[in-house]
Amino acid sequence: MIIDIKNLDFSYDGESVLEDINLSIQPLDFVAMVGPNGGGKTTLLKLLLGLLIPLRGTVRIDGKSPQAASQCIGYVPQNVNLNHSFPITAIDVVMMGQLDPQKPFSRHNASNRRDALAALDRMGMAAYADKKIGLLSGGQRQRVFIARALVTAPKLLLLDEPTASIDTKGQADFYRLLQELNQDVTVLVVSHDLLAVSRYVKSVACVNKNLHYHDQAEITGAMLETMYPSSMEEACPVEMITHSHPDRVRSNPDKKSP
Amino acid sequence: MIEALEFDFMRNALAAGLLVSVICGIVGTLVVVNRIVFLAGGIAHAAYGGIGLSFFFGWPYLPGTIGFSLAASMVMATISHNVKHRADTIIGVVWAIGMAIGIILIDLTPGYSADLMSYLFGSILTVPDSDLIIMSVTGALITLLVIYYYPALLAMSYDEEFARIRGVPVKKLYFGLIGILAVTIVLAIQVVGLILIIALLTIPPFIVEKYAKSLFQMMVASSLLGAVFTVIGLWFSYRYNLTSGASIIMVSGTAFVISFVVDKVQMALQNGQRRT
Repeated sequence: MIIDIKNLDFSYDGESVLEDINLSIQPLDFVAMVGPNGGGKTTLLKLLLGLLIPLRGTVRIDGKSPQAASQCIGYVPQNVNLNHSFPITAIDVVMMGQLDPQKPFSRHNASNRRDALAALDRMGMAAYADKKIGLLSGGQRQRVFIARALVTAPKLLLLDEPTASIDTKGQADFYRLLQELNQDVTVLVVSHDLLAVSRYVKSVACVNKNLHYHDQAEITGAMLETMYPSSMEEACPVEMITHSHPDRVRSNPDKKSP
Repeated sequence: MIEALEFDFMRNALAAGLLVSVICGIVGTLVVVNRIVFLAGGIAHAAYGGIGLSFFFGWPYLPGTIGFSLAASMVMATISHNVKHRADTIIGVVWAIGMAIGIILIDLTPGYSADLMSYLFGSILTVPDSDLIIMSVTGALITLLVIYYYPALLAMSYDEEFARIRGVPVKKLYFGLIGILAVTIVLAIQVVGLILIIALLTIPPFIVEKYAKSLFQMMVASSLLGAVFTVIGLWFSYRYNLTSGASIIMVSGTAFVISFVVDKVQMALQNGQRRT
């Protein structure tokens, strides 16, 4: 079990955000964590990363606490466009991933640099290693951040809304890249756009205060119903038409407009 | 300039200016990339309360002022860390109260009339040897601390959330940085004045940031640039009999404006090329 969450509750200032969450993810799964904005996706992600502590219940990553498992978690944050002017090169960003929680003040050495370069190379970004991060395009910067996540050879890759700053064509390429990485690492990608990710992932976890896990990527009418109770027709019709697998969407029940 | 160095006070002024440039280049780089310039301004002004306190109670200057500034800076750091959306307001309040305390305490101190100007713009031409020694030791200490914590400081400055995930004790490091900043400011105030400190903390790092490829390069280049501004400013001050602190700031400020304009022109040219 790479992710094992048991009976987890979490609240901000007394307001319940997540209730009775149970989730078990097998190694090499490719999970989409979807749900409406404010439904608790990001909170759950932060609990997985150990940035937040659950009110009740436990989070285990590869059998360890999130803090202890830090080196086997690769994390790609949502906003890779922060700090444009910061004086840092792509390879230095990647080497940040090698900070060891046990020795956070230790120096980088030559083997760190080799590993970082290899991670960049895997993302097709080796040629940009010594370029300043602010001079790269949004898509290139994202690849650098994935290299930073991969540099410790993690067992679990967590990505928060990774396609927010990529155009539609880029998104398809991006998810294919994740499929490729998924051959040897478990991938969990947070998205508010179920339709965009459904054709690439192996399973879906719907988060809206509660969590419903579906071990196949088919979108069922019931799933849409729990996620977008009232506004399905208003929110998504265009995407449904343009989606290249319309058959999956047609399983959406012919719900009457409210 | 060379003949000016025959005077002891000019030699000391130059040494003090260069030392402060180096310290401000290192600490200022961290201030600029962590966006705590306003907090630095707050500490510098609140430090005046510590100066007043030291005079009123007859304490030695350095321990009293450093103690007060550290306390004020920790209050400001705690609030800016916990209540981010109101940080600027609270810093502004502590800034003002600190200064008011200082001025009232000096009013109440019998027989003493402090020259506020000398704390605003410093008295770089009257730096005693003992201050130079204290500044050298502190400067060396700050440099060593920054080198030791460099990877963690870099991670915190660039991506605080990721640094926390990788086990960097971000909160401790942040408060440590503010503490170093407070000590830096107090040490430099009596020499160059609090306004010159803010200028040296912000202007060289800002100019250098665009060209530097790492935080380390930015620190080194900021220190050098600050040193150049100090030497040119002191020369103007000597040659035309101007206030030294203000001269150094005007040289820095002019460089800042030139760098800003050059940037805008370059950007406009690049955009123009892209369009054609």
